[in-house]
Amino acid sequence: MTSSPLPESGAPLAHFVSTAPFDPYALKEMTPAQIRVNSASQLRLMWWKFKRHKLALASGIFLAVLYLMILVSEFLAPYNLHSRNVDFIHAPPQGIHLFHDGTFVGPFVYGREMTLDMDTLRRVYTEKPDDIEPLRFFCSGDPYRFWGLFDASTHFVCPAKDGQFFLLGTDRLGRDVLSRIIYGARISLTIGLLGITVSFILGIVIGGLAGYHGGIFDLVAQRIIEVLQSIPSIPLWMALAAIMPVTWSPILIYLGITLILGLLDWTGLARAVRSKLLSLREEDYVLAAQLMGAKSSRIIGRHLVPGFMSHLIATATISIPGMILGETALSFLGLGLRPPITSWGILLTEARSVSVIAFYPWLLFPTIPVILVILAFNFLGDGLRDAADPYK
Amino acid sequence: MMMRYILWRIAAMIPTLLIISALIFTIIELPPGDYFESYISELQAQGEGVDMQEIEELRAQYGFDKPPILRYFHWVGGMLTGDFGYSFEYQLPVNEVVGDRLWLTILVSFCTILVTWLVAFPIGIYSATHQYSWGDYGLTFLGLLGIAIPNFTLALILMYFANIWFGISIGHLMDQKFLGEPMSWEKAKSILEHLWIPVIIVGTAGTAGMIRRLRANLLDELQKQYVVTARAKGLHPFRALIKYPLRMSLNFFVADIGSILPQIISGAEITAIVLSLETTGPMLIKALQSQDMYLAGSFLMFLAFLTVIGMLISDIALAFLDPRIRLQGGSAK
Repeated sequence: MTSSPLPESGAPLAHFVSTAPFDPYALKEMTPAQIRVNSASQLRLMWWKFKRHKLALASGIFLAVLYLMILVSEFLAPYNLHSRNVDFIHAPPQGIHLFHDGTFVGPFVYGREMTLDMDTLRRVYTEKPDDIEPLRFFCSGDPYRFWGLFDASTHFVCPAKDGQFFLLGTDRLGRDVLSRIIYGARISLTIGLLGITVSFILGIVIGGLAGYHGGIFDLVAQRIIEVLQSIPSIPLWMALAAIMPVTWSPILIYLGITLILGLLDWTGLARAVRSKLLSLREEDYVLAAQLMGAKSSRIIGRHLVPGFMSHLIATATISIPGMILGETALSFLGLGLRPPITSWGILLTEARSVSVIAFYPWLLFPTIPVILVILAFNFLGDGLRDAADPYK
Repeated sequence: MMMRYILWRIAAMIPTLLIISALIFTIIELPPGDYFESYISELQAQGEGVDMQEIEELRAQYGFDKPPILRYFHWVGGMLTGDFGYSFEYQLPVNEVVGDRLWLTILVSFCTILVTWLVAFPIGIYSATHQYSWGDYGLTFLGLLGIAIPNFTLALILMYFANIWFGISIGHLMDQKFLGEPMSWEKAKSILEHLWIPVIIVGTAGTAGMIRRLRANLLDELQKQYVVTARAKGLHPFRALIKYPLRMSLNFFVADIGSILPQIISGAEITAIVLSLETTGPMLIKALQSQDMYLAGSFLMFLAFLTVIGMLISDIALAFLDPRIRLQGGSAK
């Protein structure tokens, strides 16, 4: 018989005693990484989960940069919102060059000359290859009142003295499209935020009351939500926008539009709040709060809503794009904002007909920021929604 | 059982429509003044004399001297008997002004839904079964792009390219010579030739949303125990997909019409205005701008009615598909 792994029958078993000190909790001990996860706050867990969604993270950063940019639009835009360049009407975009005849000059544009094509009566711009107009940075250009507080004239970039710099072309009044897009961001981006604030408040109050109290209020709220969700939003927005008196000032119209956008949008949020509250109100801590004599507004606002705030924020983020698109569409149709307030929708009204697009396609440039912002909000919302429940 | 469900569902529609009509009436009543006031000031601006007698008569005829609540009942009562009021702008009964437009709106919306389904269904299934593949990412991104591009820009760009590539002008819904003519084969053909552009434009946004929701829904279903069991017992993946999860998500597919229909009709209105289609869109915006309240109100009511009916149909179809819903009766949804 050759050696087998088993000991021979009857022989004593080999004995082994570990010399390491005995610790009965060794199995329950966690690695430092595990401790970090288990003791992390909810917010931290959310952040970790959110960080994994690379696209959402990038979108969040992109949007943050955009929102920071609207604080200093005056500085970033090479021209003012309304400054007209009568000599350059419908001028096409200019390219930025770095080299001239093989030698490095730095960023510059070629000067242009306008001639009128007598056959088509269109302005034709030709580049003058010997006219080099270097761009200036942190320079003095169109004067503006920063935030309406103090006068300044510093711009991030401006054309050479008596030169021109229309990176995205000009419109029918010779206004720089790029500058107008930068200024338009102010309105287009804030309208979504203000609108969502309105719908957030309405959604939490109505949804909260419906979910917490139930009964007749719930029934009525449910019906109203159903009705509002079954009416196509754009025609209703159109109707509401059309009834705003012509005599209102543009700023009042702006507030009116945000109110309209918010007034019809709260239904989704209210539904989310209601269904959450329906299950949460049975929890013991709610009963405890009730027994201690807390009012329902306190229970809802202090104990219930914070528990699923992250969900609400995610839901709200996803509905911002709809508002931005809604404003753009309304303004495009001439029912929304009115000049001199300028949003991306207002800019797009310039590109209303096919002939304009055929001749001056650069007037469609404002669509690009619209698309980017909508995409970014969608990705950000997706990421937030995934991160909203980090314990899952 | 089925019959009872359908009847209950139709009955539930009535209060919804009543609330909608009250809401719409309030909206069109809100602006100060009425059509006659803007009409009079317009005439005066043009330096023409105003026949106050005639205007007062018209006012009395349409009950503008009565309190709003009476006018509301007059309006709703009229609609029930097929009288939609009078368009002051066109000086014709609303029924005559509207003409084919309602049917064309229905046609555009219906075709859009069909196309949305045809496109979203295979893509949604592909995305769900090939989760996190390049195809999934690419198609999802394309769908998102469809949401992000404003309808009207897409309409303008398509119009431009159709002009360049095919040399056709794609505005309108039919050849202009057929306008106001009775339906004929020629006219139907012309409509079909023009129909695809608005359908594509309106469809893009709805399709994307539907793909996303179908994908999420099917993914949930595919992770359930019964699918794992079926696969573990050796069922072919394709059959394991077709047999149950797909049928489950089909329910959702039908139910989802409730959320895409308002979106489609919204999109159709804007697109119609840009492309000047012979649907309700362009007329609605004109009526809103000139305070032609009966016309605007009827259009809004009609659009709301269309969505409510669409949801009714989807609910009934869902009840046929899914026995759980008809057994629960009223508490469905």
